This record gives sequence, structure tokens and C-alpha cells, in this order.
Amino acid sequence: MEIKREEILHLAELSNFSLSEQEVESLGKDLQGILSYISQLDELDTSGVEPTYQVFEMENVWRADKVLPQEAAREELLALSKETEDNQIKVPKVL
Amino acid sequence: MKTANKTVTAERLVRDALKKAEFFKDYNIFTFLNEEGALKRAREIDARIAKGENVGRLAGVPYALKDNFLSPAGDTTAAAHILEGFSSPVTATAVRKLESEGAIMIGRVNMDAFAHGSSTENSYFGPTLNAYDKERVAGGSSGGSAVAVALDIVEFATGTDTGGSIRQPASFNGVYGFKPTYGCISRYGVVAMASSLDCVGFFTKSPEDMDLLMSITAGQDVNDLTTLPDYYDSAAATDAPTRIGVIKDFDNESVDKEIREALKNKCELLKAKGYEIVELEMPSLKYALPAYYIIQPAEVASNLSRYDGIRYGFRSEKSEHLDDLYRNTRNEGFMPENKRRIMIGNFVLSSGFYDAYFLKAAKARTLICKEYDKAFSKVDYILMPVAPNPAFKLGEKVNDPVSMYLEDVMSVSLNLAGVPGLAIPAGKTASGLPIGLQLVGPRRSDKNLIAFSKELEIDDAIEEEENV
Repeated sequence: MEIKREEILHLAELSNFSLSEQEVESLGKDLQGILSYISQLDELDTSGVEPTYQVFEMENVWRADKVLPQEAAREELLALSKETEDNQIKVPKVL
Repeated sequence: MKTANKTVTAERLVRDALKKAEFFKDYNIFTFLNEEGALKRAREIDARIAKGENVGRLAGVPYALKDNFLSPAGDTTAAAHILEGFSSPVTATAVRKLESEGAIMIGRVNMDAFAHGSSTENSYFGPTLNAYDKERVAGGSSGGSAVAVALDIVEFATGTDTGGSIRQPASFNGVYGFKPTYGCISRYGVVAMASSLDCVGFFTKSPEDMDLLMSITAGQDVNDLTTLPDYYDSAAATDAPTRIGVIKDFDNESVDKEIREALKNKCELLKAKGYEIVELEMPSLKYALPAYYIIQPAEVASNLSRYDGIRYGFRSEKSEHLDDLYRNTRNEGFMPENKRRIMIGNFVLSSGFYDAYFLKAAKARTLICKEYDKAFSKVDYILMPVAPNPAFKLGEKVNDPVSMYLEDVMSVSLNLAGVPGLAIPAGKTASGLPIGLQLVGPRRSDKNLIAFSKELEIDDAIEEEENV
């Protein structure tokens, strides 16, 4: 399938990227190549085949419903952010 | 491996390793050198040895840590701009286990940003050079780890393998690289790439060292509910293996002639030792790569949506509005290959394309798993190339994503099926580049697989080491 400019812009929106005009072009070209490659999967007959999403052999791994001590303290985690105030992370305006 | 004792101190081992790291600086292996921290730890270990304490099985052993393992020593960046300045308060379970046996991290090593790549050229810090030819790539994504071991800077290095990221750089640099059974080693504290495929593993110079590291790090972890119960050491030795499979579909022109030759030589060696070589037909493996480049980006898009510049790492400075902050941070912070994968992932998951791509790939995955099950009902292990070619030139593939993806054509099926694979050195090309082969076993055969690899060791192993 052919991937159009609007679709690249839509994917950039879904991915939260502010792409430059040059990137829209270069990524568009790259994505077209990748899509053409992965589309060869069409040839494979998968009728009647169940999907596999993971290969971990166990189901329903339980743990005790107990609060365990955390490795990182609140102060340490907050210190990783660029700007904090009153134990909260500061961000630019939302509205 | 060499451990510290009263005569050869941990401090000396660490100083030697740091000196070598400095000597090989132009290979661009390290993203952080842990000089102060490593020497401090070495002195503590030496003090304990002096008191006659048992420090552990890795007492004073210097090692290199792939930059996607969290620990408070140095910033954990996964070689990505967006994690710049991230100093983790948390320590990965694998790191904790290694260090509780006395291992000393001398530095963090380079990788493709977020492990997206097969050459270490997608690193924010620039590429790492191949141990045997500075004009060639180290392989990837764990390129720094492979070269640090190949140049004998450290005894071992950690790695992660989502589609070949341990085995391919191991084969490009002539060392052992192991991707265990899915769920064998805890991934707590490891930067996630594609969660249904990611595995923690190691680079070593011998199967014995690999076995030791596996018995130390394998096992269940309450912090990672996708870890299997402890089975590594208790795995009952199966009946002595007798039949080794080779995959007919890989014996064609698309694989370098010298690699096919090396595979034939190993088969001859095995035959001479009394093993039966069985030709296998595994036609679904042809679809492993396209299936992988659907499933993996889908999981990448999901895992990497957390990087927004708010809680940690790099934050774009030029944003007045929160939405702009997200978009600018992500646009400036990710490498082009990260963006390609996130966008492809969002494409294959988006409504209208989900059935044709993601669901189709998940069905292909079922066929690939079944094909491995069938193969292992006929043979004990499979021997195959790791990659279609030895190390390629820097810059040769980095601007052509599909040709870079084709590097992974023989390594990704193991991750889709969750089976273990050990990359072993298998000689060199006429021009002196290392050749690697991988030994593949059924799930949970890890310990026996590593032990069996000794049957494939060649007598010129000593000569190989001298050439480095």
C-alpha cells in the first residue's frame, strides 16, 4: 500500500512528534520502504491459526497482597524532574 | 574468569581494566567510566578478602554494563538523548545479583538508542568501532558490550536481546553471546523495548563463564512477574544429545559463502564426534522478519510513549504549552530510528490496519512457534548462522532501514518463539573478520545448551585470542 502525506502527519500526531517538513519527507520515504517489506506477510496463509501475543509459559502469577518497601524515595523521584514545587512536578500551562 | 584474591587484588583488576578502557578510547565503547565508584568498591572487596571473608563467585571481577540497565552508578541513558541526565535511584535485579557476588562495574557501554538497531550507529554518542576492523560496525544493539569483551577490557558484559542484539554483535566480534529462554532472567530495572521479546543476557569469552553468570542471575523475581521459576541450575540433564539440526532454507546465496562454509565445518566436526546432522525444513521462518518488524515496533510504540520530558530525562526548553512540550521533547529527544519504529508501531496498531498487520503477525508467530516445536521433536539442538554476513562497513546500511533490518533475518525467530540461542565464535573470514554461529535449543534447555557448545570449540581458540 502507498502511504500518503496525511497519513504520515496522522502518525506523527499519534506518536506525539513535532516533525519538521524535512522529516515528514524523509520519514515518509523510510516508512514506505518498511511497509512494503512487512507487507510480504500477506503471502502467508494464516487461515484458522490462533494468534500468539506472548510466549511466557505461566498464567496468573500471584503475589501476596502486601505493601513492599519501595527502593526509591519520593524526594529522589521528584529530584529527577526539571522543575518541582510543593512535592509536585511543574509543567507549562495545560489550557 | 579471573577473580580477586589476596595476591591479585580487586583494585589491581579494576585498575587494569580502566587502563585498557583508556587505551581503547578511540573505539567509543563507554558512555560512562565508573573510575571512582569501581575503585572504591574494589578496596571494600579487598578489605573483605583480607579478613578472610567469602566475597562471592565474581569477587573483584570487572564488567561492563549495557547502558539500558538501571543503577545509581552513572546516568542510565540507553544511549538516547531523551534520557540525558537520568540518574536512576533504582538498581536492576540482574545488576544487584552480579554485584552481590562481588562483580565490579567499570563502566556503561554504548548501544543503539533504546536498542533500536543492529550496528550501534543509532547511538546518541556515535558508533562503537568493531574490535577487528575500525572501519566496520560493532554490530548491535549491544555493540559496546561485545567490543569491551572482545578487546579484553572486561571479563564479561551485560546485554539485552530483543531480536538479535546480543548474538549479532557477539558474532561480529568473535565472543560468546547468550540470549536465554524468555523469562529466564529478571528484566526489572531494564529499559523496556518490546516486552514480549526482550531478554537479558551476557557476553563472555567462554561457555564456562556464561554458565556461571546464568546460574547467578537466572530465577524468579517478585519485581518481574514474567520471570520463570528457578530452573536453570536444577534443569535435569536430558539424555545426551545425538541429533543436531541445520535449516535447509538458510543454505542459499543470501548468506555469505564463508559463513555457510563455517557452518559446514562445524557440522563435519560434529559428525566426526558421532552426532547425526539432520536437515530441517522450516518454511515459516521466512516470515519471521516481517512478523518481527510488526510486533516489535507495536510494542516499542507502547513502551516508549512514557517518555514525555515531564518526570525525568531531557525536556525541550522551547515549549509554552504542555502539548508542545510533549511533542518537542519527543521530537528532539528520539533518534530517527526510534521515530520510525514508533510510527510504524502506531500504524500497525491503528484501526483499519490492525487485522492486516498486527493480528496477521501474531498468527505468523504461532506458526513459527509450532515450527520450532516440530523441529525439536526431531533434533536436540539446531546450529545456524547468526547473521547473513560478517561485520559490515560503517555507514553502509544506516540510512537504509530495510537493509539494516535484514541483518536480523536469522536471529529474530528465536525471540518470537522464546527459545534460547548461544552465539559461538566459529573462525574468521579470509580477511580476518570473526564469524559467529548460533546454537539454538528448546525452551529451558539453557544450561545443557551452553554445556553442549563446548563440543564445538576449536583448537585454535588460543590463536584467536592472540590476534586481538
